[in-house]
Amino acid sequence: MTQKKRGFLMALWDFFCSLKLSIFTLIMLAVTSIIGTVLQQNQTKEQYLHVFSPKTYAILDKMQMFDMYHSTWFIGLLMLFCVNLICCSIKRLPRVWKIVTKPTLVPSQAVLDAFPNTVERTVRGSLSEIRPRMEVFVKDNFAATRSTETDDGVYLYAEKNKYARFGVYVTHMSILIIFTGAIIGNVFGYKAYVNIPEGGSIDKVWLRSGEPVDLGFKVTCEAFSVSYYPDSQRPKEYKSILTVEEDGVVVVDKRPIIVNDPMTHNGITFYQSNFGPAGSEIMTVKAKLRGEDKAQVYTLRRGEKAQLPDGTSITAADFTTSYRNFGPAARLNVRKQGEDEISVIVFKNFPEFDQQRKGTYLFSLEDFTQRYYTGLQATKDPGVWVVWLGCTLMVIGSLIAFFVSHQRMWVVLREKDGKVQVRLVGTAHRNQPAYELYFDKLKEAFNKHLA
Amino acid sequence: MTSGSYFNIVTISYFASMVLFIAFLATKSFGVARLATWVAILGFILQTVGIGLRWYETYQIPGGAGYAPMSNLYESVVFFSWTILLIYLLIEWKYKQKAVGAFVLPFAFLAMSWAQLSLDSSIAPLVPALQSNWLTYHVITCFLGYAAFAVACGVSIMYLIKVGREEDVGRGKAGGVLSLFPSAKILDDLNYKAIMIGFPLLSIGIITGAAWANYAWGTYWSWDPKETWSLIVWFIYAAFLHARITRGWAGRRAAILSIIGFAATIFCYLGVNLLLSGLHSYGS
Ligand code: HEM
Repeated sequence: MTQKKRGFLMALWDFFCSLKLSIFTLIMLAVTSIIGTVLQQNQTKEQYLHVFSPKTYAILDKMQMFDMYHSTWFIGLLMLFCVNLICCSIKRLPRVWKIVTKPTLVPSQAVLDAFPNTVERTVRGSLSEIRPRMEVFVKDNFAATRSTETDDGVYLYAEKNKYARFGVYVTHMSILIIFTGAIIGNVFGYKAYVNIPEGGSIDKVWLRSGEPVDLGFKVTCEAFSVSYYPDSQRPKEYKSILTVEEDGVVVVDKRPIIVNDPMTHNGITFYQSNFGPAGSEIMTVKAKLRGEDKAQVYTLRRGEKAQLPDGTSITAADFTTSYRNFGPAARLNVRKQGEDEISVIVFKNFPEFDQQRKGTYLFSLEDFTQRYYTGLQATKDPGVWVVWLGCTLMVIGSLIAFFVSHQRMWVVLREKDGKVQVRLVGTAHRNQPAYELYFDKLKEAFNKHLA
Repeated sequence: MTSGSYFNIVTISYFASMVLFIAFLATKSFGVARLATWVAILGFILQTVGIGLRWYETYQIPGGAGYAPMSNLYESVVFFSWTILLIYLLIEWKYKQKAVGAFVLPFAFLAMSWAQLSLDSSIAPLVPALQSNWLTYHVITCFLGYAAFAVACGVSIMYLIKVGREEDVGRGKAGGVLSLFPSAKILDDLNYKAIMIGFPLLSIGIITGAAWANYAWGTYWSWDPKETWSLIVWFIYAAFLHARITRGWAGRRAAILSIIGFAATIFCYLGVNLLLSGLHSYGS
């Protein structure tokens, strides 16, 4: 390899390792992510053409702005980010590994001098006497020591929290793990939808593309219900009761699922997603002649017509489970022979309501049955556990990176003319101000100990 | 007394505390500073009681299943100011820098007065999507994170004022009010410390949000505007953390990044709800 080529490759490697690139990528990711929050994503072409001219639309489409989080350039930015992380870790990890597994037991004078926290004292006595005293001192005040004898003197070494050095790497690795989980989910998972009418069953769900996916089991919707808070239109609960059968054998019996409580079966999770009326409602309407006890009861579907004994016709024109705050209501179209049609509203909760109309007949809504379909989302995501693993590691890793520091301490003992020179040096890889306070106290103890 | 009347007193306390902190900068009297802190603590205690009371009130409405009071804009703004005070008091207690109060209390006061004056404080039972304990974990962690960023922003503004003035005056220390500011080095460090607290909290906030979305809707990430903005905020503070360990980025640029980060935080919290559409719009 030529010198020049080598130089170029090294420069490229340094570029991919550099923190400047990380800062740049992070800021670029932040800035470009804004686009998709302002420009609505994944709309139809018609919707965009309402807002943009065909020319602008074509340009934005070309730039993949309408699905930007999955665009080549955004994914490219994410990949650059990952490459940066990987290179940076490859470059630095061996050094950190060495610090953790092979501590410098005997640092050079220059290395020791570089640490700002240091104290030195010369005491009368011999090395064999002072050395155990210092070992005890360091053990009591900090951590157990390892001793090395050299021609130059005795070196004691102690350390705490050496694994804190890996915190940053765990954090960085966790990001790659989360990406891996997301990729697994995208490749091997799916997100699909299905509507099941009450009493109905399905064994397939449909992808957004319209393609069916076989579940390998049968899901029956036994019932669906909506409940509301008292005296209001505010929904309280949407609930489907599901039964699962495999080869004709019931394996899950009448399991209720609500929003925030999905059901998982064979790796596929069913979420309560929406609902709607399935077929028309059946209303039971009572018609009573004013002033008489006798009453007729009619069971009508929406739009169905009935004839009263005097020839008046009623049509069940409309129905709702909740009219303003008054609960279930029906609208009847009533046509007395030879008169115009009138609209009458009847309430299930207020059977006397029709009194005030003062008509010949008194109508009331006895009961109704409304069949619903439940809309379920079915999701399979085998990568989700990898994502949660990554998230957990990220939290643990960053807490360690921020709040735990690797602390090291050396004591150098040198015997000279019946005296021993004792030098104590301490260092922490993070949070220097707090360590300085700690070291000041340690100095006092050190001086007292050797006095 | 209702929770609303507690919150009125709280608003007044934060106003008083803010004025006292500013008075401290003018008078240089540490007695005033101590009083400012005590008024802030009083307000914080009353606010804690008020939030507890509102929690109780959610059980009292007809059909109310009871819920942690963080589920609409009003409740979240009140809770936000509570978290700002919590983080601020912790940092003041730990680092003993009183002047910072003058730059943090205004955020809490603004939040409270906005909530009390113009937000809808009625209690409404939760719609099905919000009936989850994840909501509580998610909101608490996010807001503690936001609050730490608010403190960092206050500190960064102080840093820029201090450094800017020192440069105007020429080398050497600035006199007057600025002599009460902690040194530029301490401010830079406090900024970092506050973000160091906020960043993991925001990460947990995003993760609990994702966990909840996965549990309720089957997708942990859908690039909904609120999600995306929380990620944008996260990117900015990650850039900040790396900027600080890069030569030439500590100090002024870090302070500016911290202020931009908080502006993005506020947009994530309010701008997204008020200006953009998505899953998270409170009360719609
Ligand atoms: C959003 C993604 C990232 C997050 C959340 C993240 C998180 C962190 C955290 C929490 C720290 C410790 C900060 C501190 O000591 O103050 C850190 C340090 C560091 N990060 Fe990242 N990081 C990310 C991306 C990257 C990338 C892409 C690189 C690749 C170059 C990188 C390289 C480093 C380095 C070299 C350190 C300093 C380690 C040290 O000397 O203590 N980070 N990162």
